[in-house]
Amino acid sequence: MKGERHVLAILVENYSGTLSKVAGLFTRRGYNIDSLNVAETMDPKTSRITATVTGDEKILEQITKQLNKLINVIKITDLTCKKSIQRELMFVKISSSIESRNEIIQMTNVFKGKTVDISSKSITIELTGDEEKNNAFIELVKPFGIIELVRTGLTAIERG
Amino acid sequence: MKKKVSELVVECLELENIDTVFGYPGAAIMPFYEALRKSSINHILVRNEQSAGHMANGYARTNDTVGICIATSGPGATNLITGVATAYMDSIPLVVITGQVDSKSIGSDMFQEADIIGATEPFTKHNFLVKKAKDIPKFIKEAFYLANTGRKGPVLIDLPVDIQNQLMELDYPEKIDIRGYKPTYVGNMRQIKKAVKEINKAQNPLVCVGGGIASSNSRDELELFIKKTNIPVACSLMGVDGFDNNSDYFAGLLGSHGYPFVNRALNKADLLIVIGARLADRTTSKYSFNENQSIIHIDIDPAEIGKNIKTHIPIVGDAKKVLTSLNQFEYKPIWEKWSEKIMKERESYFEKALNLNININKVNPCLVVREVSNLVKGNTIITADVGQNQIWTTHFYKASKNRKFFTSGGLGTMGYSIPAAIGAKFASPSHTVVAMSGEGGMQMLVGELAVLRENNLDLKIIIFNNNSLGMVREMQENLFGENNHYSTAIGFNPDFMQLAKAYDIDGIQINNNDEIKTKLKMAFSKKGPCLIECKVDPKFPTLPTKVKELEKKNIEIA
Repeated sequence: MKGERHVLAILVENYSGTLSKVAGLFTRRGYNIDSLNVAETMDPKTSRITATVTGDEKILEQITKQLNKLINVIKITDLTCKKSIQRELMFVKISSSIESRNEIIQMTNVFKGKTVDISSKSITIELTGDEEKNNAFIELVKPFGIIELVRTGLTAIERG
Repeated sequence: MKKKVSELVVECLELENIDTVFGYPGAAIMPFYEALRKSSINHILVRNEQSAGHMANGYARTNDTVGICIATSGPGATNLITGVATAYMDSIPLVVITGQVDSKSIGSDMFQEADIIGATEPFTKHNFLVKKAKDIPKFIKEAFYLANTGRKGPVLIDLPVDIQNQLMELDYPEKIDIRGYKPTYVGNMRQIKKAVKEINKAQNPLVCVGGGIASSNSRDELELFIKKTNIPVACSLMGVDGFDNNSDYFAGLLGSHGYPFVNRALNKADLLIVIGARLADRTTSKYSFNENQSIIHIDIDPAEIGKNIKTHIPIVGDAKKVLTSLNQFEYKPIWEKWSEKIMKERESYFEKALNLNININKVNPCLVVREVSNLVKGNTIITADVGQNQIWTTHFYKASKNRKFFTSGGLGTMGYSIPAAIGAKFASPSHTVVAMSGEGGMQMLVGELAVLRENNLDLKIIIFNNNSLGMVREMQENLFGENNHYSTAIGFNPDFMQLAKAYDIDGIQINNNDEIKTKLKMAFSKKGPCLIECKVDPKFPTLPTKVKELEKKNIEIA
């Protein structure tokens, strides 16, 4: 899909079925969702959903308007248009022999990642960063052989 | 005092001034029905749950209230879905109550279990699964509020059977505060002033109204606006009764099945003032975007503005409030000639269509509709089904009053007209109610004829029998060649007079144009339910102006 990538922060009331209503809306109206995560906020009555979507201005306007129509949606902020900090957490399990282990650990240190698990055949790295940084790390360790990769998807907060 | 939850639900309905509900009982809704039995509320037993949705729809539209429909869990609830979706697409306020299996067993695929919350997510304004009895009063209060405010629509409450039997004290909330729901009613004054400026600049303006006029009850405000401006009024299927069809400024239906002269006007207009209409594909299919055209769009739902057509001046708000604001300004009504021209084209269209007779041994359906229109006068509720009958009715019936013309405008649900008419009759027994249908649509929910008899309703049903699923057949022939219709020429139809007899209601058959007047008079002079069957030639087109094409195909025109 053409258009820019947007990070939407969606504040919702914490009722059963709210996430399904939000996710269902994306499918139903044919909007592409790149990543989505959700957790309770400081107020246990509300949760915050961070959704990354791609689309042109018109599509984004419709997504926002349609989301706003859901009764349990309280507020939507497009964090792309504002100064914001964006991060995602990922775990990468890399195939590694004892010989290649050090090289991977060095790269991890440069990327300010953490080594969280080591076995005789693999090493698992935890890395937090924006998507660009995480993608760069993935490219770098690909030659060693990636056994498993999990990413949380972006979460974001407005500056100031 | 503690009471059973089922009794409290009924009490809540009474507090919301509900006196009639439509439904079908079953195991998972049994405690509620027991409470209903002891109450003052009138329950109408339907013959298929889908009809309960349509009846509640007709009821809500007639009385400007919330319609209530009830079904049991599983198949009862899934049958209801079409009725709910129909109401959702046309923004009709319903509160839908479904029974659900025991709350502790939800998710275990019990007998008659269906996830109706998941299933109706796409076509309810909101829905509630009751997990704790204490939530019920709040949910019911919110359901009524959500259904009947902002952009209206159906709200569903799913009620597990064990919770219906729990004991509780009623504490019905008076106030409502839903953080995520604050509709905008008053239009932005700056936008309104911009609109006024644009109107006074226009050469050929056109007003286009939809269901928003009825749902905001802004008929009077619209009339005043047109009186001040003399701008011609076009409408969508939902807006037919938004303006007096006898007015010199009523142009009529737009779109794929609209009047050709209105579509021409739509493309020629340099300003469109859209009020409470979605401008969906069926309304704008004959519309080509015009760079020099300016569009003012007034709607209570911000998501509708700019969704289908680029808008220049968006005004989010309630049509009644926005029109009241627009009426505070002065206009120079300089569009007399433009209106007159459209009206002239309208008359010549009518004349051509009403004189069209492609088979002298059959009935011209346009003539039947016009005759009904002349016979019943304004204070009648008409419902139209879906298909050719919908278009014939919309084109030739002259609805003159607000909330008097109902059809399934958005979803296009066949079978709608008879149950919707029944709902309307229960809402307002003093009104004459007429349901128009094809023989295809009426057979979808034919069991509801029993409701007519059971309740001895004075309701007339007119069916246009052309032994065809006419509109689709016509589309097939246009797309794939004249004889290449498939599955749309009906191989067997029942004898409708015998069918009427089986349901113990009167049956009248109209075979040709000469019989129309006398037989209609006969049908309408006697009280009670009556099924009027009009024999129509399958070649009679949806749009009578298409007759030129028919002429080319050498069909004899008598």
